[in-house]
Amino acid sequence: MTSPAGKPPAAAGVLRGGPRRRRVRTGVPLPLLLPALTGVAFLIVPLVALLVRTPWHSLPAQLTSPDVWQALKLSLICATLATGVSLVIGVPLAWLLARVDFPGRGLVRALVTLPLVLPPVVGGVALLMALGRNGIVGRWLDSWFGITLPFTTAGVVIAEAFVAMPFLVISVEGTLRAADPRYEEAAATLGASRFTAFRRVTLPLIAPGIAAGAVLAWARALGEFGATITFAGNFPGRTQTMPLAVYLALQSDPEAAIALSLVLLAVSIAVLAGLRDRWMRAG
Amino acid sequence: MTETHLATAPSVDGLDARLVVDRGGFRLDVTLSVAPGEVVALLGPNGAGKTTALRALAGLTPLSGGHLRLDGTELGRTPPEARPVGVVFQDYLLFPHLTALDNVAFGPRCQGASKAEARAQAAEWLDRLGLAAHTGAKPRRLSGGQAQRVALARALATRPRLLLLDEPLAALDARTRLEVRAGLRRHLAEFEAVAVLVTHDPLDAMVLADRLVVVEHGRVVQEGTPAAIARHPRTDYIARLVGLNLYRGEADGHTVRLADGPPLTTTEVLSGPVFVAFPPSAVTLHRDRPSGSSARNLWRCEVAGLETHGDQIRADLTGELPLAADLTTVAAAELGLHPGAEVWATVKAAQTHAYPV
Repeated sequence: MTSPAGKPPAAAGVLRGGPRRRRVRTGVPLPLLLPALTGVAFLIVPLVALLVRTPWHSLPAQLTSPDVWQALKLSLICATLATGVSLVIGVPLAWLLARVDFPGRGLVRALVTLPLVLPPVVGGVALLMALGRNGIVGRWLDSWFGITLPFTTAGVVIAEAFVAMPFLVISVEGTLRAADPRYEEAAATLGASRFTAFRRVTLPLIAPGIAAGAVLAWARALGEFGATITFAGNFPGRTQTMPLAVYLALQSDPEAAIALSLVLLAVSIAVLAGLRDRWMRAG
Repeated sequence: MTETHLATAPSVDGLDARLVVDRGGFRLDVTLSVAPGEVVALLGPNGAGKTTALRALAGLTPLSGGHLRLDGTELGRTPPEARPVGVVFQDYLLFPHLTALDNVAFGPRCQGASKAEARAQAAEWLDRLGLAAHTGAKPRRLSGGQAQRVALARALATRPRLLLLDEPLAALDARTRLEVRAGLRRHLAEFEAVAVLVTHDPLDAMVLADRLVVVEHGRVVQEGTPAAIARHPRTDYIARLVGLNLYRGEADGHTVRLADGPPLTTTEVLSGPVFVAFPPSAVTLHRDRPSGSSARNLWRCEVAGLETHGDQIRADLTGELPLAADLTTVAAAELGLHPGAEVWATVKAAQTHAYPV
């Protein structure tokens, strides 16, 4: 009654908005539909081919052969250790990047996440230059402590952690940024030191983000090939992980390679299922 | 330690602070002095710097200058975790992963109590605040009023010498608010140390606090008991808050000349700079110039806006003298009030109140 002049334009806006919104939903233009369907096929057909060619009869025998079992066991142990290493140093690093404003923070973040886009083989070469027997750090490790990392199981863990940790750091840092820093302030007013606040408040609050980051890092470590073969070599039982075994088997025993691939595919699907709440929420 | 003890004469007990915070274009400079057992409300519009003052008291925002003494001890550079200060945050910030009991036990635990001891203390606090039945509940299972009391228990469990409350009732719906306000008033009255609360709601401030400190643009513009402030507002903001029309001018006998506006006639005889205040209900509106009216204050105005206040209508008037007038719905209809309408406003001198600046 008081402001009748204000109403009609708003009502007209609602009426206009209705049909316009509906038009967007119907009819996908062909120039978009065709490439999109090609994309779907491109990504799915190889996986289907893998399933079609799987020697289902000999599969149990393949998977229980000592060689496969050895590679699988080594892969699981190394990926888990690499994830553990990433957690121990990656979570504090993510906290530092998210919560402490220090000069050069942007540069540090860029450098830390570089392994995400770096070809893994280059990572392996870089690790050799750093931690190899003649590397700038490895030299001292060797002469002072008698520690040699390249071409050992520890070397596999290091190569995998190098490649996988950035996934964890990025994931945890994102979660930390999204978490309300005022909870830490509330903890401080209750007498908690910054470390206590992190341990008793922040860590439990970001636990889901850490778990997601850890799963992501673990999956990345499990599939690691380039950096591992460059830095740790390909010794069965010591440094030959599943991806390396798959590559090797493909040349001598394709059926074994398919069986091994199937295991890795199953693991990937399990990881995706585990993270679906985090990634597929948009759908 | 002994030195502090010697210095702790009764006169230095409580809070004595000058909070100066410079933050890119905004400067807060507020002086606060609060005795133990007193509840002071920082009242002011949004963006006045109330919350900044509260954060500075808690140590969450560093001071650019000034001092902060609590019971004779300088705390200006002490980190928040080492200050004997408890905070009830606006949205409580209860730790969502901990039960009500563990939220309250968090403080005692940080102060070195064993887990069992801290939980026993927490249970006692929750019991005292009438939450004994909710000790095991996670914050998301608590109602607004319950969460507010858990937050209060959590702050009190550290036995603070300074209790800070940031908009303690803002997160509650109107009905819960009434009930929580009464409870909070009781708990604050029992609290033996200094309590400072921040609010933009004058009713909360008047019900909860013994004394109001009004902050505008980072400065204290007025302080005193709620009654004194309501009687003698010194800024437009406070006048609107307590529902008064307020003008500033030069008094000469019964007449007060405004800097830009008509003269006002008052009952008080004063001279020099004064404030003149009258409630919107003291204004009478007429469609035509009243001939027989005894009112000395008569102005021609234009209706700028109308707003419903309960069963009253508040008319926002511009013209010779900008003012707010309250009238009944019936009267408004009879006058045919609408934005842009021309009216005559009268105020009897007896209903104005003038006081020196």
